[in-house]
Amino acid sequence: MRAPGELFAAAQSRIADANNLAALDAVRVAFLGKKGELTVCLKNLSALPADQRPAAGQEINRIKKELQELIETRRGILERKALETQLHADAIDITLPGRGLALGGRHPVTRTMARIERIFRNAGFGVRSGPEIEDDFHNFTALNIPDDHPARAMHDTFYFPGGNLLRTHTSPVQIRSMAVEGVPIRIIAPGRVYRCDSDQTHTPMFHQVEGLVIDHNISFANLKAVLHQFVECFFERDAQLRFRPSYFPFTEPSAEVDVLWEEGRWLEILGCGMVHPNVLESAGIDADKFTGYAFGIGVERMAMLRYGVTDLRSFFENDLQFLRQFR
Amino acid sequence: MKFPENWLREWVNPELDTAALAHQLTMAGHEVDEITVQGANLDGVVVAEVLSVIRHPDADRLSVCQVTYGEDAPVEVVCGAPNVRQGMKAAFAGPGTSLPNGMKLRRSKIRGVVSNGMLCSAIELGLGDESDGIIELPADAPTGKPLTKYLALPDAVLDINLTPNRGDCFSVAGIARDIAAMTGAKLVSPVLPAVPVTSDTSHPVRIGTPSACPRFAGRVVRNIDPSATSPLWMIERLRRAGLRAIHPVVDITNYVMLELGQPLHAYDFAKLNGAIEPRFAKAGEILVLLDEREIELHEETLVISDDSGPIGLAGIMGGLSTAVSDETQDVFFEAAFWPQDVISGRARHYSLHTDASMRFERGVDPGIQARAVDRATGLLLSIAGGAAGPLTDVRDENHLPGVRTIELRRSQLARLLGTEIPSEDVEKILDSLQIDVKSKSDGWSTRVPRYRFDLAIEHDLIEEIARIHGYDRIPEKTETAALPLSAVSEKHTDLERVADTLVARDYREVVTYSFVDSKTDRLVTGQLSELVLANPISSEMAVMRGSLWGGMLGSAAINLARQQERVRVFEIGKSFHGTLAEPVEILRVSGLAIGAVHGEQWGSKPRPVDFFDIKSDLMAVLHLTGSAQHFTFAAQEHAALQPGQSAGIWRDGALVGMIGKLHPAIAKELDIRKDAFLFELDADAAFAASIAIAGPISRFPSIRRDIAVVVKEEVLAAELQQAVAAAVPELIREVRVFDIYRGQGIEAGLKSVALGLILQETSRTLTDQDADSAMQQAVRKLEQEFGAELRD
Repeated sequence: MRAPGELFAAAQSRIADANNLAALDAVRVAFLGKKGELTVCLKNLSALPADQRPAAGQEINRIKKELQELIETRRGILERKALETQLHADAIDITLPGRGLALGGRHPVTRTMARIERIFRNAGFGVRSGPEIEDDFHNFTALNIPDDHPARAMHDTFYFPGGNLLRTHTSPVQIRSMAVEGVPIRIIAPGRVYRCDSDQTHTPMFHQVEGLVIDHNISFANLKAVLHQFVECFFERDAQLRFRPSYFPFTEPSAEVDVLWEEGRWLEILGCGMVHPNVLESAGIDADKFTGYAFGIGVERMAMLRYGVTDLRSFFENDLQFLRQFR
Repeated sequence: MKFPENWLREWVNPELDTAALAHQLTMAGHEVDEITVQGANLDGVVVAEVLSVIRHPDADRLSVCQVTYGEDAPVEVVCGAPNVRQGMKAAFAGPGTSLPNGMKLRRSKIRGVVSNGMLCSAIELGLGDESDGIIELPADAPTGKPLTKYLALPDAVLDINLTPNRGDCFSVAGIARDIAAMTGAKLVSPVLPAVPVTSDTSHPVRIGTPSACPRFAGRVVRNIDPSATSPLWMIERLRRAGLRAIHPVVDITNYVMLELGQPLHAYDFAKLNGAIEPRFAKAGEILVLLDEREIELHEETLVISDDSGPIGLAGIMGGLSTAVSDETQDVFFEAAFWPQDVISGRARHYSLHTDASMRFERGVDPGIQARAVDRATGLLLSIAGGAAGPLTDVRDENHLPGVRTIELRRSQLARLLGTEIPSEDVEKILDSLQIDVKSKSDGWSTRVPRYRFDLAIEHDLIEEIARIHGYDRIPEKTETAALPLSAVSEKHTDLERVADTLVARDYREVVTYSFVDSKTDRLVTGQLSELVLANPISSEMAVMRGSLWGGMLGSAAINLARQQERVRVFEIGKSFHGTLAEPVEILRVSGLAIGAVHGEQWGSKPRPVDFFDIKSDLMAVLHLTGSAQHFTFAAQEHAALQPGQSAGIWRDGALVGMIGKLHPAIAKELDIRKDAFLFELDADAAFAASIAIAGPISRFPSIRRDIAVVVKEEVLAAELQQAVAAAVPELIREVRVFDIYRGQGIEAGLKSVALGLILQETSRTLTDQDADSAMQQAVRKLEQEFGAELRD
């Protein structure tokens, strides 16, 4: 049996040589385990004469403690090394794409409509809706477009047998809202509208956002302000607008609004005007006490300008390659 | 309407170039759609005389002509036109001249004969779309004069998009009047020489219903030269205004209509039978129109009749039986005033839309009928000779539109426009519009001309003032308004959140047409919709959709055909139901998934989407309501869905949607080559939301116990879950299905369902005993209700 001092030297060198945790543990067992050499030395103390025992015991315990410290230090080193190895082995190609579902996307037209809605909502406009299959009264008569009025020809209406029709504008929502809510009123009405027209620049269905404000002393100057602000909010830039006199049976004065676009071109973006007194009166509103403005924004037109879409029809083809450009 | 600028400038000549004039018109409400310049690039083309014509020695269809165009010696020109003849005046382009069509002329040999230029056709000169040969100029055209000078070219044609309220502007005179008002330039109304009346022939006109015809002017012109042709200047003006020359008499009526705005009709006097009488048609009467269409008349249609019956549709189109022809020697001109309400809609009723009906529907000046007849007569006498009879002018002042008086309040003007316009400006503007204006203490009293049918109320005058003053000069002012707050409701799930959730689950929003073809709609709804359009764009867009699936599947088919292997789309929109008399609109949220559940990935094999994938997507949006536990799925057949993979979505006893796999037979019909899974929800019913009320949460640990039971195939997982949950409701928090097993060890017709029970109490830690007892109760319930056997 080796002397404790000898054991220490041997153990020290084996600890230093242990290059993995298992080897280190084997060293620990060999020296400090139940049957380990140092443990056996401790057990054999009883064989020593009583006066030598305390000193020998102290010596062995000192060595044991030192070995334990050496082993722990070594273990720390080996664990760090093992972790490093593990981490290295675990490294991945972080450029590989992620798994699972990708992101879909909103349609540019509904996205545009939602943005228009938000802009007006922020200014205190309520959002209203109405039926798409309308009657003649709400779509025409109440809007000061009597039977056989030449303006009806401007509308290219889709009819159902029996006289109902697909609304040609979202203006009927004005009439319905005024009837329910009275005045003052401050609303927009977004939605689908239909005209019997289909070519490069017309689709038989499109979207409009109608606006209506009626209060005491609402003026054309107010209308100009709100639309100018709207266009600047929508495009997030300064914009130059021009208001051109035009004709809509339900507004007087009426205007068409052009925005100055690239290359100095004026592009028509919406129609508007002061609510015609006949419209107010048919809704039971005193046209001497109240005035109001109304406007109709073509959503597809705005979306085309905002997103650089050149063919109106692509909105309704729903080609995924087209739609993927919008999130 | 197309307005040739040169013609317009004869009436009003503001100091503005074409572009500036067009801009002013546009900014005054007469939007100039397009400006086309006629007769540009004709430098070098001159009036020439053909001195002689001989046949080309080597070509039957070619002629060799001696042509002179002024002081130089005559030149030899080869010409292929059939109408070239000795003595005619023509347009000649010499070598070196470039024509508008890009042709550059050179001296060249044509079949061995040198041609020193070309005699030109209207097409070659850019002066028309058709020609029967070279252009023939009048005999008095001065030889050698540049063609542009002779024909007053180039001439810009302003195509103005006239609004339907401005009937008074549907003529050169009318638009000139408005230009004078907006620019301050002087309106020149040409003075007509008096018509020499040299015949005493007139034709009786009887007005039975003066309210329908308050004014009828006419005149007979006898013994015109039937071989006369319209002069080139008139043909040119008509052409530039978009009308084709037809016959001198017809050309004259068109010319006067364009000039003055009064539609005229010319009858072959010899073909009239007795007095002319405008009257309402008798039901069933037949009239053959000028365009040879035979129509059956309607009682509300005003016709012109004579003893033979109806001979024309008043204000719309004349009849064939009394039309002028190449043999006509005696003409009767008609210029009537038909009130708007007598004409409105009538043309459309017969699917007609004529220059005359368009003008009468918008309102014609009731003061110009006699002048129009005189103008037409004067033109006819100068073009085709003849003897004019006395003017007939039957009128009933009581039924003619009167001069309207409109009061204008200064306060209302300022209030509506939001700005003050100085009184003297207001008066100047009204005066420029030929509106009589008298100042009053609170504003003005005005009298508006009879031709301004659009001016009836105060607002109309305010618009006129704003229009001439300039909309751009009205300042912008942001309104002030009461701004009460409004609720942000949680009682209904915001559909924007629904859309965003679907987008987050890899669905792409589509917008499809609200109308589809009848067959597709029937396939996806199993029903024949009553809501069929009377005038659809096409049969593919004829029926209001009863489901959003039709359009979505249509776009899926297109995308599949364009190599898109994976289609996941949703749409939010209305479907249409009910009857024609009482249509019902339901807002829907619909989804469709085709192809792999995920896009192609490096780490896992592609797996085709199935029922449970879209059920999970659907549940995700239903969870937005906060009431997901109120939704149940019940096996339910649907015309569009494959039986056995189709379910109704129920909420509190109401069916709120469907989910399932597209029926393979329908998939085939619609050209969908892969399995397609669909859902559709009624938005109002499905997305009513409940507000979450927080309850206590347990701080004590939960225990999980798993059981597997063998039951018959028909037993539904949801039934087992509900039974277990109900067995010990106070302890069982959740029941999960974590495995379904069929196969070895399980008899055919049976299946093993593995359930995980999560048990928890809010007030104490559960013991194993609690858990064991709960398990036993659950198993007992399953045994009793479903004959389930516990599987070891």
